[in-house]
Amino acid sequence: MIIDVNVSLSRWPNRRLPLDETSKLAATLIQNGVSQAWAGTFDGLLHNDLAAANKWLVDQCRSVDEKLLLPFGAINLSLPAWEEDVRRCHEFHGMKGVRLLPGYHDYTLEDPRFRQLLSLLAEKQMLLQIAVRQEDPRTQHRLLMTKDVDLKPLLTLLSDFSNLPVILLNAVSGSAVELHGQLVAAGKVYFDIAALEGLAGLERQVQSLPFERLLFGSHSPFFAFDSAKLKLQESELPAQSTEQITHLNALKILREL
Amino acid sequence: MIWDLHCHLNGIPGRTPDEKMARLIEVADRMQIERLVLFMGAPFLTAPTPEQFSEQNDQVLQAISHWHHRAFGFVYLNPEYEQESLLELDRCVKDGPMTGIKLWVAKRCDSASVDAIVRRAIELKAVIYQHTWLKSTGNLDGESTPADLHALASRHPEASIICGHTGGNWELGIRTIRDLPHVSVDLGGGDPTAGLVEMAVRELGASRVLYGSDVAGRSFASQLGKVTAAEITPEEKQMILGQNLRRLMSPILQAKGVRL
Ligand SMILES: [Zn+2]
Repeated sequence: MIIDVNVSLSRWPNRRLPLDETSKLAATLIQNGVSQAWAGTFDGLLHNDLAAANKWLVDQCRSVDEKLLLPFGAINLSLPAWEEDVRRCHEFHGMKGVRLLPGYHDYTLEDPRFRQLLSLLAEKQMLLQIAVRQEDPRTQHRLLMTKDVDLKPLLTLLSDFSNLPVILLNAVSGSAVELHGQLVAAGKVYFDIAALEGLAGLERQVQSLPFERLLFGSHSPFFAFDSAKLKLQESELPAQSTEQITHLNALKILREL
Repeated sequence: MIWDLHCHLNGIPGRTPDEKMARLIEVADRMQIERLVLFMGAPFLTAPTPEQFSEQNDQVLQAISHWHHRAFGFVYLNPEYEQESLLELDRCVKDGPMTGIKLWVAKRCDSASVDAIVRRAIELKAVIYQHTWLKSTGNLDGESTPADLHALASRHPEASIICGHTGGNWELGIRTIRDLPHVSVDLGGGDPTAGLVEMAVRELGASRVLYGSDVAGRSFASQLGKVTAAEITPEEKQMILGQNLRRLMSPILQAKGVRL
């Protein structure tokens, strides 16, 4: 059983992807043993009418299988009245959480609106996903260049929101190993494995992050789904730890909301 | 049959090349990877002196010395030192067990000193692996682009040349080297972006596409996943995962009397 916390629907802005039709993506997920996928929308990257983009996302999830695809609406803190998008995600759509794409939305986590969002989500008992990156900066379209999200400001905020689950997607550890460890210690912070690399990378990852804070995420359909799945084969982990990563941790997050 | 074109000792835990190699094989076994090509030692040196590249090649020679049934080596050279590179090529390939050449970022490959290395490689039937990247964020000074590789390869149609990382920005890399049938692409060392393998097969034909991982910086999993998940035929996957590399190396392996 796998819960994939990192998939997206709709079209990548400058490429057709083999699985960018919802039904095709869903079929691949099912075929690979995924019983639930937390889906954002690529429309969230560049669209300004996020109410429409999030509505479309919900409709797509329902059209395929609402038990399989759990929608996570996109919120852009640079837009006027972004709070209304959060309200609709919560009240109209019954979402479990929202996804931020700060690299494409021109604000940092130091922005006071980010703290406001954390308050709002804590109040509504929703979880937060932050896409730390969507694409390696070295391959980005020259007119659409973004940097990885700087997570340092999150560290100081976490003391006030120690119960809010924050899931960091596509985070590359590299030089940030220490910061990632601090984030995990400071709050309910989780990392997905989509961008995890290195020989037997998971074995190495658990030297700095506890199993309880790792989640299976594939970043499909932008990444090949098999890449995440094969990471479980490349590392030798205790069976219980593998289950924590593949689904138990994700179930616990939902249960505790 | 899986053969991995692109492996490094750097980044693998272990005090000696032998220890690192044992760990590499242990993990390769979990992924059913039969053979590995190794190049460069630890740490990574972008502009090695002749002394340094010899030392790095010694690490690889030591690492593969007990694993000739599982691993091959490519000799790491620096075209800034043309004569020393040619001598090192003879030491490791003509007189040693290595089967190819690795050129990284010391000097762009569209330069005369690389021509001399390629000419000698052709005589020795050695495979040439040239790192290429076309970075949206800007290249290193000595870092070759796919266009540099195209210029080099155009002058040497008899050489067997591999375009490292498919140029990084692979949609551009594939287009750039498409018209040169003696140039293959290495899928390794980039994110597992969906669509890469499909485009490479469509534009180049499966016979010019090679699986490589770039471990230990990358994982076997993320890089194998590109191929296993691709919407291509099982036969094409077999070619990419191992048969093509075996074919590219068979002239030099035959010349060395290596039986597979
Ligand atoms: Zn490499």
